[in-house]
Amino acid sequence: MTSEGIGARVLRKEDKRFITGNGNYTDDVKLPRMGYAAFVRSPHAHAKVRSIKTDAALAMPGVDAVLNGHQLVADGIGNIICGWMIHSKDGSPMNMGQWRALESETVRFVGQAVAVVVADTLQQAMDAAEAVEVDYEELPVIVDSRDALKEGAPQLHPEAPGNLIFDWEIGEEAATNAAFDSAKTIVSMDIDNNRLVPNPMEPRSAVASFDAAEEHYTLYTTSQNPHVARLVLSAFYNVAPEHKLRVIAPDVGGGFGSKIYIYPEEIACLWASKRVGRPVKWTSDRTEAFLTDAHGRDHHSTAEMALDENNRITGLRVNTLANLGAYMSLFSSSVPTYLYATLLSGQYNIPNIYANVKTVYTNTTPVDAYRGAGRPEATYVIERMMETAARQIGMDPADFRRLNFVTEFPHQTPVIMCYDAGDYDASLNAAMKAIDYAGFASRRAQSEANGKLRGIGMSCYIEACGIAPSQAVGSLGAGVGLWESAEVRVNPVGTIEVLTGSHSHGQGHETTFSQLIAERFGLPTDNVAIVHGDTDKVQFGMGTYGSRSGAVGMSAIVKALDKVEDKAKRIAAHLMEASEGDIEIENGELKVAGTDKKLSFTEIALAAYTAHNLPEGMEPGLKESAFYDPTNFTFPAGTHICEVEIDPDTGKVEVVNFVAADDFGTIINPMIVEGQVHGGLVQGIGQALLENAAYDEDGQLLSASYMDYTMPRADDVPSFKLETTVTECPGNPLGMKGCGEAGAIGSPPAVINAITDALGVEDFAMPASPSRVWQALQQKGMKEAAE
Amino acid sequence: MYETTYHKASSVSEAVDLLKKADDGKLLSGGQTLIPTMKQRLAAPSDLIDLRQIDELKGISRQSDGSIRIGAATCHADVAGSADVKEALPGLAALAGKIGDPHVRHMGTIGGSIANNDPAADYPSALLALGASIETNKREFTADDFFTGMFETALDEDEIVTAIVFPATEKSAYAKFPNPASRYAMAGVFVAKGANGTRVAVTGAGQDGVFRVKEMETALNGSWSPDAVASISVSADDLISDIHGSSEYRANLVTVMAKRAVAAA
Repeated sequence: MTSEGIGARVLRKEDKRFITGNGNYTDDVKLPRMGYAAFVRSPHAHAKVRSIKTDAALAMPGVDAVLNGHQLVADGIGNIICGWMIHSKDGSPMNMGQWRALESETVRFVGQAVAVVVADTLQQAMDAAEAVEVDYEELPVIVDSRDALKEGAPQLHPEAPGNLIFDWEIGEEAATNAAFDSAKTIVSMDIDNNRLVPNPMEPRSAVASFDAAEEHYTLYTTSQNPHVARLVLSAFYNVAPEHKLRVIAPDVGGGFGSKIYIYPEEIACLWASKRVGRPVKWTSDRTEAFLTDAHGRDHHSTAEMALDENNRITGLRVNTLANLGAYMSLFSSSVPTYLYATLLSGQYNIPNIYANVKTVYTNTTPVDAYRGAGRPEATYVIERMMETAARQIGMDPADFRRLNFVTEFPHQTPVIMCYDAGDYDASLNAAMKAIDYAGFASRRAQSEANGKLRGIGMSCYIEACGIAPSQAVGSLGAGVGLWESAEVRVNPVGTIEVLTGSHSHGQGHETTFSQLIAERFGLPTDNVAIVHGDTDKVQFGMGTYGSRSGAVGMSAIVKALDKVEDKAKRIAAHLMEASEGDIEIENGELKVAGTDKKLSFTEIALAAYTAHNLPEGMEPGLKESAFYDPTNFTFPAGTHICEVEIDPDTGKVEVVNFVAADDFGTIINPMIVEGQVHGGLVQGIGQALLENAAYDEDGQLLSASYMDYTMPRADDVPSFKLETTVTECPGNPLGMKGCGEAGAIGSPPAVINAITDALGVEDFAMPASPSRVWQALQQKGMKEAAE
Repeated sequence: MYETTYHKASSVSEAVDLLKKADDGKLLSGGQTLIPTMKQRLAAPSDLIDLRQIDELKGISRQSDGSIRIGAATCHADVAGSADVKEALPGLAALAGKIGDPHVRHMGTIGGSIANNDPAADYPSALLALGASIETNKREFTADDFFTGMFETALDEDEIVTAIVFPATEKSAYAKFPNPASRYAMAGVFVAKGANGTRVAVTGAGQDGVFRVKEMETALNGSWSPDAVASISVSADDLISDIHGSSEYRANLVTVMAKRAVAAA
């Protein structure tokens, strides 16, 4: 390899354009004659639309059209679907309510689009949208998922009686109950996972244009997976057949899951661009982002853990109620099921697990995958239980975890997953050493002397990445296969373009993917261009989410590189009259081993394209493609330890020390991995301490701006200490596991375990805002005074 | 934002004139509240009259009686950085240095802040505790008369704050607990001891905006120490309660911040 190969801290190639403000985002796209869209949105969480009056709006300057849902339906635009079928335990399919891109009959959450205006300027479009008169008849509202299943609750969708979407189960119920019957100790808790708003820096945006001559659409959009967007727009929403629709996701400023889905606005812009005969642009403002980007989490669970007389876990029983909001978003059904309950075994040997998950409709923004997607919820349940159980039985939390760790691989859990490799002791040891676990008592004494409360808490997480083996997810209900594709094009002068179906929206693919070429051929990363995010350029791809671009996307590139290497070696052997097996590649040269004969990579590339002297029967050119379908999920795992100091006068929690010891398998670029971990940790700490999507009883989002939604800032987090331990993933050629979500998955329980330790309470619900911590201290004080 | 017409006034009288001529004009002095409000289409003035470039409204000077006079269009960063303010009124300099973020501190002005009288703004507590006087193009107010309620002041529609005069003060300090999301004050307490006696003023917590805590003032007159205010709590009845904290929590913060301000003074 060169200094830019696997394991090198190569600076990000993409940062020059981002830092100098020269990124090309969807909102930067300007097309000739482009008009602007503004949406008329429901101010009510649940209401019948009696009438929509558009005369005044249509008469306003610059207005082209005011379009509503009746016209959308008449034009044959399909309903928005959830692409993962889940069956209830009684075998019945999930109850999916009808969701239209523009809803002109019944609105079900605040911010839902009722109509769209297209005008010459954004100002004109916004002015006209305000002039559209919608007459609503308000209906009763459900906000809290716990109210949705109650007798007499308002009914949201005729397709889902009692607001139940599905009642699903996993694991062996009878065997698990039996484990509880013979348990020495049973630990039980109510555990909530708070609702979050994704808040990518770049809000969603779409620019749609229709070429009447070719009957062809182009959509620029903020997507993590443009090919999936095209597939769904084509196959389900009937916008246009795939060969008549090009989807381009240029630079995208963060996604965190929220840009996986196909939203009403993109559909409406495409449809409107043909109706009005001009390109149409829409860019979400921050309020629209709060109200309409798919939210994350929102679980209420009860969990019970059974232990035997040796403090080994014998059973885990979990009941979870998941709020999917007003409609089923694209992958919403998979999040609280196969991405959640399949991870409830954690890092532990748990012979019996049973989970029941009910999902419900409420009059809130739809909920879907958000960084971690199901795995943070599972980790939070299991790691809060582990901590609480250890405290109840009076065992050191680290020792209790260690006693129950899975130590032999492969390990089949009772909830589908088969862990392929790991060393959980190693990451726990690394984390405890890095935080000086043994020195905590003296640090706590120091804090107490200063009138502060100090606590420490850990979380030993495991997650599943690299989604996923297509056959396996197909059998579980996924509507798509989850492989990845790659194409490696060597140009005649030896520079290389890598076309990938993965999509970079902050992950640094232009750098890490180039490092694979540096590693393989010894070429500088500057000689490599990574091409992604355009359905006309890249043959097909499944996009980036679930920390899959390394384990799946890069594996596809490796497979294509294998083919390029093979052909290059055959050409080299032919030209240098050597045996193919004797050709070695080093520093951009192909050499005959044991001789001084060599040709540069450029010379081989040129030879491939001049085709003057190729081996008998070989086709000219040097371009190869590959599809890679993983054999299993990958299982990143590690230990996070958090140390907090609490000011009892104000309730303010300060994270004073945080260690993450992660096993991501092979690491391509440690600097980029550290960046991913830092970002994930901040999001996880944000969930635990700060962030919360709060609704009032009428379904109005109270935290709908940064005045009230607490985003984590740099001064809310400490300087992180990161450690890595490595067990290579046996399932893919590079041994990679994935690192994009681990920070957000592992950290919330570590923070809450530290806070409950500091406060001396068993339970504390996220987020640990100052006022809630202060309240808990008051209650504890009153309780103790009473005793 | 709705369409509006921007005017840059070069004198106070020109600003008054422009305001008079405007259909529904608004004075702009930094715009750190007004512009975001307009961007959200929650305010729609026909005209904006910018006071920030008026020379006569700028500058900080130490007067012969030891008082500090600050022009209304002086930005927070200039107050925070002023050697005179730091020396004479360290509490005020510290307060100004912790308003918002650097962008806000270089755009927002003291006159704009007090004329807006946001219940969570920092400056009103300083003016009230320091017994400042507020000069306008028409008259002079005491701080006690000036702040009349949430987003309410004694200013006439066409009245412009020109300067704020802070009397010489022996001790001053400000302690605030910021709202975790907005970083505005959830409870900010300014304590001062000087020509106007001992004063304690609270911002961020009150439903009607800034208010004084007379009981704490009396206690501090007796003994200037954190312990003197430690057992004094304000009634939660008139305090703000929202998703960030109950009125009881804010009442607690008032006591805690008062203690910390006294300790820092």
